[in-house]
Amino acid sequence: MALLEVKDLRTSFHTDDGVVKAVDGVSFSIEKGETLGIVGESGCGKSVTCLTIMGLNPKRNTTSSGQVLWKGKELLGAKPRELREIRGDEMSMIFQDPMTSLNPVHSIGKQLVEAVQLHRDVTKKVARARALELLKAVGIPRAENRFDDYPHQFSGGMRQRVMIAMALVNDPDLLIADEPTTALDVTTQAQILNLMKRLQQEFGSAILMITHDLGVIAETADDVVVMYAAKVVEQAKVDDLFSRPQHPYTWGLMGSLPRLEADVERLTQIPGQPPSLLRPPSGCRFHPRCPYVMDVCKTKEPLLAPTHHDPDHRQACHLDEETKEREAAKLLAATMAEAG
Amino acid sequence: MESPVAGNGSGEELLVVEDVKKYFPITRGIIFQREVASVQAVDGVSLSIKQGETLGIVGESGCGKSTLARCIVRLLDTTAGRITFEGRDITKLSRAAMRPIRRQMTMIFQDPYASLNPRKRVGFIVAEPLEVHKLGTPAEVKTRVQELLEVVGLNPEHYNRFPHEFSGGQRQRIGVARALAVNPKLIVCDEPVSALDVSVQAQILNLLKDLQDQFDLTYVFIAHDLNVVRHISDRVMVMYLGKVAEIASRDALYKEPKHPYTGALLSAVPIANPKLGREREPIVLEGDVPSPVNPPSACRFHPRCPRFVEGHCDVEEPPLYPFGGDGHVAACHYPLERWPMAANEMRRAEKAASPEEALPA
Repeated sequence: MALLEVKDLRTSFHTDDGVVKAVDGVSFSIEKGETLGIVGESGCGKSVTCLTIMGLNPKRNTTSSGQVLWKGKELLGAKPRELREIRGDEMSMIFQDPMTSLNPVHSIGKQLVEAVQLHRDVTKKVARARALELLKAVGIPRAENRFDDYPHQFSGGMRQRVMIAMALVNDPDLLIADEPTTALDVTTQAQILNLMKRLQQEFGSAILMITHDLGVIAETADDVVVMYAAKVVEQAKVDDLFSRPQHPYTWGLMGSLPRLEADVERLTQIPGQPPSLLRPPSGCRFHPRCPYVMDVCKTKEPLLAPTHHDPDHRQACHLDEETKEREAAKLLAATMAEAG
Repeated sequence: MESPVAGNGSGEELLVVEDVKKYFPITRGIIFQREVASVQAVDGVSLSIKQGETLGIVGESGCGKSTLARCIVRLLDTTAGRITFEGRDITKLSRAAMRPIRRQMTMIFQDPYASLNPRKRVGFIVAEPLEVHKLGTPAEVKTRVQELLEVVGLNPEHYNRFPHEFSGGQRQRIGVARALAVNPKLIVCDEPVSALDVSVQAQILNLLKDLQDQFDLTYVFIAHDLNVVRHISDRVMVMYLGKVAEIASRDALYKEPKHPYTGALLSAVPIANPKLGREREPIVLEGDVPSPVNPPSACRFHPRCPRFVEGHCDVEEPPLYPFGGDGHVAACHYPLERWPMAANEMRRAEKAASPEEALPA
């Protein structure tokens, strides 16, 4: 049984302008100790997907359907009390901006102790020892001295370490990381990604990594889900995705990436803007921006189907197999051209 | 001071920056303010840019790259040093004397959501520089604005819309149109694509390149993303804590970096290729960038440097040593012999810095 299984998840927000389908039929599963990456641009629904899994969407104007199976147990529609027991304990989350997700008026030590005591019936002393242990594990130097410091006294990278310590304090089985390094500098990003990898090996947690950065995906994920306009367009093992991308949107993402390891005179850009989810395009949602658009794309929505070469590699595009293989090879030749 | 760096772009030297310093005072006291310390945001930077060239400036947050950009266009007055634009010293020019020069150098800002006035129509935003410099009659201004909107890939009929009606990428196009309006020679781009999604980022990068070819523009391009800087620049300058760590032509910098900090930055960039990524062993720097209020002695990188040599790097500040003839310089006593280099090869036999020492004071 998979640790987390998401089946046909749909989340919509009711706004004054109409219904926004922010997640529209997303399915994936995560095994124990594995890292699943969700990649896509702003507004593609990747963050809403994990907020829905955690049950953190505002109740007032949100409707969700589908299934979120956590160790076989349905989370969608579970009581808030049940969710609270799972959140922060078995499943925890790291948010993008560590400054706004830590409470500025409490010391980090107090916040960590609170996280422990919410889920464990232990004395303050035991909780403090656990918190200190975690601060050391995430590489905060002089952790004892910094225990009573406030978030503003830490740098961005150190704050993100505190966030990770807080997420790990109860040995979660799944860590959801929503753009954990986007706000950080490259050298700090490398430190945090290394730390997450090391902790994953140590604690055996599964990670759901949400990011817009294909580089981060390539370095951390085992499986990848590519999302566009609330839908999954491609899903594959990381090596397969990067060596045989099958969807024009994935090609577009890869082509528009300036790279250190290849000389590209001109980036292939995806024309236009991501569509509004209030009125998504008919048929394939990528068709207004797709350079390979055919008549069928405008009317018929492509279904996520396995590719011929690998049943685990799934994609949603009407293009024929031959064209896809040819275009994927062309793209790789262009971007892999060794510098010089 | 003679500028140590010769550009390898074509044409005349457009901008020369010599030993520029910018310190921000930290004051105490309410009535009698006395200076207790200063933030040494930029501390002795020299560079030169030739006509038609793109100089990329990279570095982590707080390294002084944005302050330097603001000094170049004189949005900030420098504490010391000299900035020469087209052979004319502009460091001490008055506001009035500066005005005609402001037509020659404009700026594109990072956040297209914050840099456009939300209450003004796009037509007005793009026309404003023309009106400030009194260029053309209202009819001419309107034609020019529509032409500019078209040049940057927007619909000229959107003249009367407000910024909120545009997406992030389109807003950045408006910012580019505004910067282009007065036909400048130099455009200082301060992180122009950092706030944008990858697919839109590529559109703006391509646009900037096209405009450069079309109007013979010179760019100072500031970014923290090494991939982006590599893509757009002819030469690249790496800054660390207000100082120049390395300047080189793009190819030299990315293929044969000499400064260990440049090496660490390059190896920290995630590669969008899982196979290549697994093969390499990234050099992970310990700790954070120290505070520019109280920077480390001598070489400012020494507390985090894997090649730190006690008694040398923390005592004697490295000058910009030349490497090769094309203006490749790096401020390091123990430069990298080759590249790529694994983390353990980079470490020298002598004592390496511990993370404890790397903490900000």
